[in-house]
Amino acid sequence: MDWTKSNALHIGTLVVLFALFFILPAYHVGAFSRIMVLAIYAIGFNLLFGYTGLLSLGHAMFFAAGMYGFGLSMNLGGLSVLPAFLIGVGAAGLLALGAGYLALRTIGVAFMIVTLMFAQTFYLVILYYGEYTRGDEGFIIQQTQRQIAGIDLTTETARYFTAFILFAVCFLAMARLVQRPFGKRLIAIRENEERARMLGYDVARLKLAALVVSGLFSGVAGAAYALLFGYVGASFASVQYSIFPLLWVLLGGAGTTVGPLIGVIFMFYLIDISSGVTNAYMLVAGLALVLLTLFAPQGLAGTLRKRALPWLP
Amino acid sequence: MAAMNILETKGLTKIYGGLQANTDIDFTLQRNAITALIGPNGAGKSTFVGMVSGRTTPTRGKVFFEGQDISTLPAHKRMQLGMAYTFQITSIFPGLTVEDNVALAAGRKLAHDKAAHAAKTAAVLEKIGLAERADQTAADLSYGHQRVLEIAMGLAQDPKLFILDEPTQGLAEGEVDAFVTLMRSMAEETTILLIEHNMRVVTDTADHVTVLDQGRLLASGSFEEIHADPAVQAAYLGTTADV
Repeated sequence: MDWTKSNALHIGTLVVLFALFFILPAYHVGAFSRIMVLAIYAIGFNLLFGYTGLLSLGHAMFFAAGMYGFGLSMNLGGLSVLPAFLIGVGAAGLLALGAGYLALRTIGVAFMIVTLMFAQTFYLVILYYGEYTRGDEGFIIQQTQRQIAGIDLTTETARYFTAFILFAVCFLAMARLVQRPFGKRLIAIRENEERARMLGYDVARLKLAALVVSGLFSGVAGAAYALLFGYVGASFASVQYSIFPLLWVLLGGAGTTVGPLIGVIFMFYLIDISSGVTNAYMLVAGLALVLLTLFAPQGLAGTLRKRALPWLP
Repeated sequence: MAAMNILETKGLTKIYGGLQANTDIDFTLQRNAITALIGPNGAGKSTFVGMVSGRTTPTRGKVFFEGQDISTLPAHKRMQLGMAYTFQITSIFPGLTVEDNVALAAGRKLAHDKAAHAAKTAAVLEKIGLAERADQTAADLSYGHQRVLEIAMGLAQDPKLFILDEPTQGLAEGEVDAFVTLMRSMAEETTILLIEHNMRVVTDTADHVTVLDQGRLLASGSFEEIHADPAVQAAYLGTTADV
């Protein structure tokens, strides 16, 4: 029964997102295209942080790997969208495998610092090879390149539905993954790593797998961002972009399937609305974050689950 | 002999700095029996089972499980070979339901077969008397029930060797009685290595007793033999011990 409820929730979420395109004014349609892409990133981060209990402060490198893998193979390699997209996602996955293999030898604060350092290195490498990456300035992917089978992905409609399809696939895949034995084992690691090990689970391997899947999702988001918004820049590899998914997931509800999406929507509109009211919009945003942390420490979806809807996946 | 003894250690030694926690322990464990490992505090019992289960790396010595040298295997591989382990300090998944706790334990072998997995989980919950609390969050259980849950997680793995590190510690009298009954019923299907302080539990359940003292294996045998052993009396039980 809970299974049916969570399916209804997931399908319902997608139906609402689909319908929003026809309801919302143009500005918000554009906003939601961006929100859905960023939510994919948050979903990937949530697998590692919310389900496995590993806090990475270096996820921007996976997002950026997807972005640069895609952008560079189009602009320098002359590839078309689909192969370039796969290269972007593959680059993020490989980077996650390599970085994870080394970083997962540490735990807790050390893991946070090591991932942060890896991401900083990646960021500096992007700047160092400015000849190809255009460094801080970044580069544009031309409108003529951003097409699949003759469909121009730069129109508002195509952009929204491309983001929607990618989001739907990632959202449903992740919802399914965390209900399966693999997801349950990750939760077991989060809850009590030593117990999981002494039940015979290969904890090191499971963590690495979680990190790679998380990196792949982040890579999808990075490549999709470059594809849909046509810009690739080093700022997406900076610390800020490692902190964002943490905020989104914390606000929305770590370890819930809908939390990442809720968190991104909330943050986006919090900044959007407050910046329309005052120049000190970061003050408003900061205050809202502090209040949420005080009164809903498990995030919006997490608090909802605790108070009213225990079946919430 | 190798087929008879499920577990063997040879010269197993652990040195922490200058402290010899375990010294050259040659130990054999008989199949389908309950063996109690006793000894005063600090005798090295937990260090010993730590080295058997793979949680502690020995300074030297070897561990054989069903004749296979497992000395270099990590803990999770040893569990996969058929060991199960309950911690001295209760170790469960506090944020998950009772059912999910047991399902995770059963799931390592059975996750590919949904029906068998569900059946095993239900059967263990029934046997251990937690079926009615299946949907409760494990953290909300009483201490006694949490201990029972941890044993359920061991049982759910169908272990060949079940290591119980002071399972009755902190339990009330009535709970200890229930536990003794449970142990006896488990002994039909598995081999149990029990670390225990409560002598009543030892006399009521153990077929064999092994005594550790100051990191050395002092004596081994039936409870009566152990009780009659002068070295054991001197080291641990005391000549006037009332058991």
